[in-house]
Amino acid sequence: MTLLIRVPFTLLRRSQRWSTTAARPYSVMEKPHILALQPGDKSGIHSAFAPIIEKHFTIISNDEFTKDKQRWADKVQAVFVWCAVPKLNRDLLQVLPNLKAVINGGVGVDHLDIPLISSFGVKVTNTPNLVNNATADLGMTLLLASARKVIQGYKTGVSPEITEYVQSEIGYDVSGATLGIIGMGRIGYQVAKRAKGFDMKILYHNRNRRKEAEEKAVGAHYYEKMDDLLRDSDFVMLVVDLSPQTYHLIGKRELSLMKRTATLINISRGLVVDQDALVEVLSTGLIHAAALDVTYPEPLPRDHPLLKLDNVLILPHMGSHTYQTTQVMVERMVANALAILNGQPPLDEVKASK
Amino acid sequence: MCVHEMEKPHILATKPGEYKGIPQIFAPLLEKHFTVVPYHEFEKNPNRWADKIQALIVFFSIPKISRDLLLSLPNLKAVISGGVGVDHLDIPLITSFGVKIANTPTIVDNATADMGMALLLASARKLIEGYKIAISPDMTKLTHCDLGHDVSGSTLGIIGMGRIGYKIAKRAQGFDMKILYHNRKQREAEDEKAVGATYCAKIEDLLRESDFVMLSVNLSPETHKLIGKRELSMMKPTATLVNVSRGLVVDQDALVEALQDGVIYAAALDVTYPEPLPRNHPLLRLKNILILPHMGTASYQTTRAMVERIIANTRLALEGSPLLDEVKPN
Repeated sequence: MTLLIRVPFTLLRRSQRWSTTAARPYSVMEKPHILALQPGDKSGIHSAFAPIIEKHFTIISNDEFTKDKQRWADKVQAVFVWCAVPKLNRDLLQVLPNLKAVINGGVGVDHLDIPLISSFGVKVTNTPNLVNNATADLGMTLLLASARKVIQGYKTGVSPEITEYVQSEIGYDVSGATLGIIGMGRIGYQVAKRAKGFDMKILYHNRNRRKEAEEKAVGAHYYEKMDDLLRDSDFVMLVVDLSPQTYHLIGKRELSLMKRTATLINISRGLVVDQDALVEVLSTGLIHAAALDVTYPEPLPRDHPLLKLDNVLILPHMGSHTYQTTQVMVERMVANALAILNGQPPLDEVKASK
Repeated sequence: MCVHEMEKPHILATKPGEYKGIPQIFAPLLEKHFTVVPYHEFEKNPNRWADKIQALIVFFSIPKISRDLLLSLPNLKAVISGGVGVDHLDIPLITSFGVKIANTPTIVDNATADMGMALLLASARKLIEGYKIAISPDMTKLTHCDLGHDVSGSTLGIIGMGRIGYKIAKRAQGFDMKILYHNRKQREAEDEKAVGATYCAKIEDLLRESDFVMLSVNLSPETHKLIGKRELSMMKPTATLVNVSRGLVVDQDALVEALQDGVIYAAALDVTYPEPLPRNHPLLRLKNILILPHMGTASYQTTRAMVERIIANTRLALEGSPLLDEVKPN
């Protein structure tokens, strides 16, 4: 995409310079400004990918912006959101008169108040599809690592004290076990595809039943009632969006329906699970274990009971955290931003639902 | 032996529940059919038990079967080993005493293939690093570890496409991995097609093209140090070596060097030589390595199935019937 090159800025009348509705003209050297966490910041986009953004945009870091809002506020045309930061609240929206786009990295947008953002005439995009494989891969990683006690084994392997391999707990077979997928959207389907290779029996629960051909391709059985899926599964994997309908979808009642030998795996959002109920059932052995890429909040406070349990594996929200997937996500974010700034429809607009 | 006393045949084994023994939970399965003489008790007082022992169960390559031990057990009929590998047994020596040998092939295939995939995924997606951050007492805001590498769509090179290697291919296929394999013999075309695997007659070609190299061979004189300095240098600097076969298939010193110098990216090992490694071993100090304590078959269901198979083979040996899984000398 090319820069819009119009009349040199200094020759414009003052009223034209700060126009909020016209495509803002800028000189050859000045790229549109975007607000984002500084690439390389621990929660931010990896610095390796900053050049992809800087090819087209000038990044105003969140820190810089906070120190000198007056200097940057008018310039910001897009906000790049990564790991739910920066936060798009009313205060921020009100000080960015030229904001056109909120560009989210990742598919989940539960952290964005889309009706609020839209009310400012600002468009929102995400990066669906690109994250499907990496997220499904991480779901399988959690499942296998938990079932086969990889963390416990790792600790034994590196323990400074061992002179012999003493018997630690043995795990459970994944091959031939029953996997119940709650949420059979794009990511859930990819999980099913991977599980099939392990000869897992695959059950799924979804708002809508998938086509028969799709079910057959991965050997998945539809369960209209989630309760039945919970009863029958050795591994329950949560792959839903967070919405008012899925908030605390898995609570004490649901957990107590699960087998005592079952494992809960969550790669969706922390709030899909009632965490207090989860702590209780894990502590009392009502279910065997949990493996979570997501919690609420992230990170958990350091004294949280989930961090003290032996039968929980927690990761710091790494579902799409690979070089290749991050690169394509950043490229897509740039493409979405450029489209919006050029007045064109973006590739991945998320509209406010009714 | 008075049959009416219902005395069960005596077998020698590491005490269930002890290091490298059969897990305690499965002891009743054995005790239903046999009187189990714990090995360390036997050692203290061999004369008490020697004549009675009819079978010897080896689990995790303990007890070690020496000529002296064999000489001291005149009524030994069988050595029954848990697991498929028999590299720890001197087969010609044992059979020279007229003693039969059995292992537990096939039962271990799925669990071992699952462990191969678990290692590959855990390494690629930085499971350990992520876990450490998630539980770190210092983490107050969401922090990430180093970026991992996508497994989906990458290239897996399987060295050793026997039963376990083939099951690994089947699992990898679900991740849309490109699958190459090297084996003594090429598999049938329809087998290759079923898992989308391409044969590499030359191991060099597989090493050069793979993002993940998985070792699933038996240990034999031919595969001893199969992967040495030369082979490691042919791998991509971004590649990961995964080993679910035996430690001695890899030249460990060469591996240390390759990992230190960035000749390869990482390694993930269920097996080493020796097991465990001495605590000051350089492999344990490297950041780009994941080592597990030989857990390829360590699942409840597979271990139980192994114990049941051991019992079945032992009973057949004691009654003089053909074994289900006899291992004969080459």
